[in-house]
Amino acid sequence: MSDYMIEANQLNKYFGDLHVLKDIDFQVKESEVVVLIGASGSGKSTMLRCLNFLEMKNGGELYIQGKEINPKKDNLNEVRQRVGMVFQHFNLFPHKTVLGNVMEAPLQVKKLSKAQAGEEGKQLLEKVGLGDKADVFPSRLSGGQKQRVAIARALAMKPEIMLFDEPTSALDPELVGEVLQTMKTLAQEGMTMVVVTHEMGFAREVADRVVYMHDGKIVESGTPQEIFENPKEERTQAFLSSIL
Amino acid sequence: MYLNVVHFWDSLISSRGMFFEAAQLTLALTAVSIFIAIFIGLMFAFMKISDIKVLEWIANIYIYVVRGTPLIVQIFVFYYGLTEIWMISGFWSVALGLAFHNGAYIAEIFRGSIQSIGKGQTEAGRSLGMSQALTMRRIILPQAFRRALPPLGNQFIIGLKDSSLAAFIGVSEIFAVATTQGANTFDYMTWLLVSAVWYLILVFLLTLVVGAVEKKLAASD
Ligand SMILES: Nc1ncnc2c1ncn2[C@@H]1O[C@H](COP(=O)(O)OP(=O)(O)OP(=O)(O)O)[C@@H](O)[C@H]1O
Ligand SMILES: [Mg+2]
Repeated sequence: MSDYMIEANQLNKYFGDLHVLKDIDFQVKESEVVVLIGASGSGKSTMLRCLNFLEMKNGGELYIQGKEINPKKDNLNEVRQRVGMVFQHFNLFPHKTVLGNVMEAPLQVKKLSKAQAGEEGKQLLEKVGLGDKADVFPSRLSGGQKQRVAIARALAMKPEIMLFDEPTSALDPELVGEVLQTMKTLAQEGMTMVVVTHEMGFAREVADRVVYMHDGKIVESGTPQEIFENPKEERTQAFLSSIL
Repeated sequence: MYLNVVHFWDSLISSRGMFFEAAQLTLALTAVSIFIAIFIGLMFAFMKISDIKVLEWIANIYIYVVRGTPLIVQIFVFYYGLTEIWMISGFWSVALGLAFHNGAYIAEIFRGSIQSIGKGQTEAGRSLGMSQALTMRRIILPQAFRRALPPLGNQFIIGLKDSSLAAFIGVSEIFAVATTQGANTFDYMTWLLVSAVWYLILVFLLTLVVGAVEKKLAASD
């Protein structure tokens, strides 16, 4: 039994011969916001995708809310309902309206009534500031609006944990703020979050902990202050000076 | 020339009842065979994209055989093959032969359109807790079907025109009626052109239907 929302022990992941995650030990506490940083190809996305089993680990243990998950035995669809994910490219369903996107999983997976799913969906859209866009198709939205719909869609399943993989990297600079603000609100409400991002301002302001990855390993982990002001490892220093 | 045009026009008008009946047979043949072909196509498309090698193999062989042999051979094989084991009309053996033929092309259309839907769509569905089957049914297939419509419409038109081969099995569809009329009047050219007009009308109607469905499904763009 572990008290962590997420606990990974000696996590390993290979793509063929490519060793992408190397003996990763990683924990996230309830309501903690962890920001993952690292160079391109260091394994951040793979790590995140292992946490909701979009990728299958090749070794090690993974606990979600204290229970070890065995992909062969456990119902991963049930696990994924508790671990929401937001993608860099939104991945909204283009054939469904904004509200349709948000209602889809509650209707089909949780079997909510249309009335209830609609009610909850509208509330979530209000929350991300898109109450007036319910009946619009995603192709009519700006990138920032799309990403906020994607966040509402993930929240509609009432997840305990939210994973964000570079949620603002595909956005025009002027649209980044509205998405980060939505995420900040979520963090303040106590959502447990793991966020891959290059937005160091967000990491400083919102993260409880920053984790630096390099070449499939966690090199250093600490509070934003520790990592940004006083990085212990040379690699971390080099990475930070390369991006700041 | 003027006289020929008048003659052609008179033939077209005076034979309209006969050809109207034949056109109904052509349409029925097309509709039945396309309907069955869509199911065959979906099934083999799934077999081709499945991870199960045997299914993939069977689908590949089926598509290879259909593509590699003439339709008229396929239709005659169905006709002689089926009527041998089971009392079946010429209409139904041609309908099944056409379905068998079009199914292979429709399988490739569906396979292509399913695979053209980005991986991100599947991942979005799965990350919300939707099962693989549910994601396929609710997320992938509706988008894939929309993308498949233009090539499907094309295949439907090919299917409609190919139904003329039923004439060789004695089904009195448009082409059969035209050749009979030609033989009776020693005026093949006029009756072939009359049949061409009827095919053009049917293709036009089919294009309208496909266009209307496309328009309806394009609401989200
Ligand atoms: N599906 C895959 N098949 C094979 N190799 C992959 C696959 N996904 C990722 N990789 C490889 O694994 C390594 C880690 O990739 P990953 O996407 O996790 O990096 P990342 O840290 O998220 O990088 P970025 O900042 O560019 O998104 C890279 O070398 C990448 O090429
Ligand atoms: Mg990445």
